[in-house]
Amino acid sequence: MRSDPVVQVSGLVKRYGGKTAVDGLDLVARAGITAVLGPNGAGKTTTVESCEGYRRPDAGTVRVLGLDPVREASALRPRIGVMLQSGGVYSGARADEMLKHVARLHAHPLDVAALIERLGLGSCGRTTYRRLSGGQQQRLALAMAVVGRPELVFLDEPTAGLDPQARRATWELVRELRADGVSVILTTHHMDEAEQLADDVAIIDAGRVIAQGSPEELCRGGAENTLRFGGRPGLDVASLLKALPADSTAVELTPGSYRVGGKIDPQLLATVTSWCAQHGVMPEKISVERHTLEDVFLELTGKELRG
Amino acid sequence: MSAETTGTGAAAGARSTAAGTYAPRPGAAPLPRMIAAQAVLETKMLLRNGEQLLLTVIIPTLLLVLFSAVDIVDTGDGKAVDFLAPGILALAVMSTAFTGQAIATGFERRYGVLKRLAVSPLPRWGLMTAKSLSVLVTEILQVILVTVIALALGWSPHGNPFAVLLLLVLGTAAFSGLGLLMAGTLKAEATLAAANLVFLLLLIGGGVIVSLDKFPQGAQDVLGLLPISALSEGLRDVLQHGAGMPWGNLGILAVWAALGLAAAGRFFRWE
Repeated sequence: MRSDPVVQVSGLVKRYGGKTAVDGLDLVARAGITAVLGPNGAGKTTTVESCEGYRRPDAGTVRVLGLDPVREASALRPRIGVMLQSGGVYSGARADEMLKHVARLHAHPLDVAALIERLGLGSCGRTTYRRLSGGQQQRLALAMAVVGRPELVFLDEPTAGLDPQARRATWELVRELRADGVSVILTTHHMDEAEQLADDVAIIDAGRVIAQGSPEELCRGGAENTLRFGGRPGLDVASLLKALPADSTAVELTPGSYRVGGKIDPQLLATVTSWCAQHGVMPEKISVERHTLEDVFLELTGKELRG
Repeated sequence: MSAETTGTGAAAGARSTAAGTYAPRPGAAPLPRMIAAQAVLETKMLLRNGEQLLLTVIIPTLLLVLFSAVDIVDTGDGKAVDFLAPGILALAVMSTAFTGQAIATGFERRYGVLKRLAVSPLPRWGLMTAKSLSVLVTEILQVILVTVIALALGWSPHGNPFAVLLLLVLGTAAFSGLGLLMAGTLKAEATLAAANLVFLLLLIGGGVIVSLDKFPQGAQDVLGLLPISALSEGLRDVLQHGAGMPWGNLGILAVWAALGLAAAGRFFRWE
C-alpha cells in the first residue's frame, strides 16, 4: 500500500482577506485512509478544498493523483469523489433521482439501486432533499461521492451530526472502500473516528500539520502509556525495574501505589505480574492507561480538541 | 418520516457488500450524455416547482385570457388578443430566461449544488449549456401553450416566422445573461426579491400589456431601450402589423445579450 502519494501538499498558504486559514501546510497522503484531524477553524476544510480544486493556493503546491487540481481539473474530476460538508443537492430532487443523475455523469458508475439499499436510503421514497433527515442527507452526499467509482474520495466531516448507529454504518462503508482499493481522505474532529478508521492521521492546528503518522505511532510518540497497580507498601522498585525493558520506569507514587511507564504491551504486563508472583505480591487494581489521540492533541497544542 | 424508520433503514442497509464492488473504475460519461442528463434534470426541477410554474405558466396564461376577454387595458384598434399575444410571448421568455432562471440558479448556488457539480465530470460550460437547453425547452412549451390559447381566442398572427424566432432567441440570450448575473452575484433571498420585483415592473412598464404609447414621451424613450420593450414591441410589430425584420429592436436585444452574458461570465461566483 506504500505506493505513490495520492495527495501531496507542500507549503500551502491560503488567506481569506486578512485571515490566514492555512499557513505553510505540508501533507502527504498515501493509498489507504488518511484522517485530517483538528479543531474547528484549524484549516481542514480549506486544505481539502484546495485538493478538490476549489481554492487557488496563495503559495505552495498541491498535487492530487499527480495532477494540479486547478490547472488539470478536467483530468482530475472524473477520478475523485467529493462529499461536501453540507448541501450539494437540488432542494426539490429525490435521493434516488440525484444519485442517478451523478451516476449518469460517469462512465462506469456503481449500481444505484444497490448503493441506495446499502446506505439505507430506500426508505426515502418520493421525499425531496429538503425534507430528508440530516442523517439521510449525509448518506446521500456520501453515496454521491462514491457512485462514480473514483480512485480517491474526499469526505469532509462525513459523520458530523449522525447518531452512533449511522456513524458506524458510514465507517463500515469507508472500510469497504479501502478494502476495494479506493483511497480516502476524511476530515474529522472526532478522535475515535480517526483512531478507528485511519491508516494515517495528520493533526492540524492553526493552519499547519503539527504531527502525522499512524494512530499507534502518534500515541507512542507523546507521553508514554502507563500501568498502575496497588500492593503492599515498600516493594523493591529497583528489583522490578531490573526485570523490565531498558526504557521503562517504575515508581512508588504513594505508599502502596505503583506506576510503571514505558512501552506497555502484553509482554510487559506479564513481566510485572510474574515479578509480583515471585515476590509474593498480590497486585490490586491493575490498570493500563492507553494514551489516546486526544492526549496527543492536548500535549501538542495545549488545548482540548473540541474546545 | 420518523427517526425510528430512518434507523431501521440504516441497519437494514448496513450489511456488507460483495468484495470488489467499489474497485475504482473512474471515467467521465460522454459529453453529450452529461449535458442531456443535466438539461433533463434542470427542466424536471423547474416543472416540479410550484412558484416557477406560477411565474412561467399561470401568470402569462391568466393575463392573456383575462385581458382578451375583459376590456380593462387599452389594446388599441383591432382585436385585443392580436395586441396581447405578442406581449405575453415576450413575458413568457422573460419569466423563464430571467426570473425563473435567476431564482433557481440563486438557490442552487446557495445550497451548494453548483459547488458540488463543479467537481463532477461535467465542465462548467457544459452546465451552462444544459441550463440554456432547459430554458429553451421550457420556452417551447410556453410558446405552444400561449399560441394554442391565443388562437382559441381568435388570434390571427402575421409576419415572418424567422423574425419571430430571432427575436425570441436574442431575447432569451439577453434575459439569461441578466438573470445569471443576478443569481451569481447576489444572495439567494435578494435574487428572489429582486427578480420578482423586476418581473412586475417590466410587466407594467415594458409594453407587455400596456402599450408604451401610454407613457410620456421622455419615459417612452427610456423604456423603449429595455430588453422587455424591445422584445414585446418587436414581436408586436411583426405579429400584429406584419412588419419586416425589426432591426432596431434586434439591435437593442443584441447589446443587452452581449453586456449581460459578458458581465455574468466575469462576475458569476459559484459559491
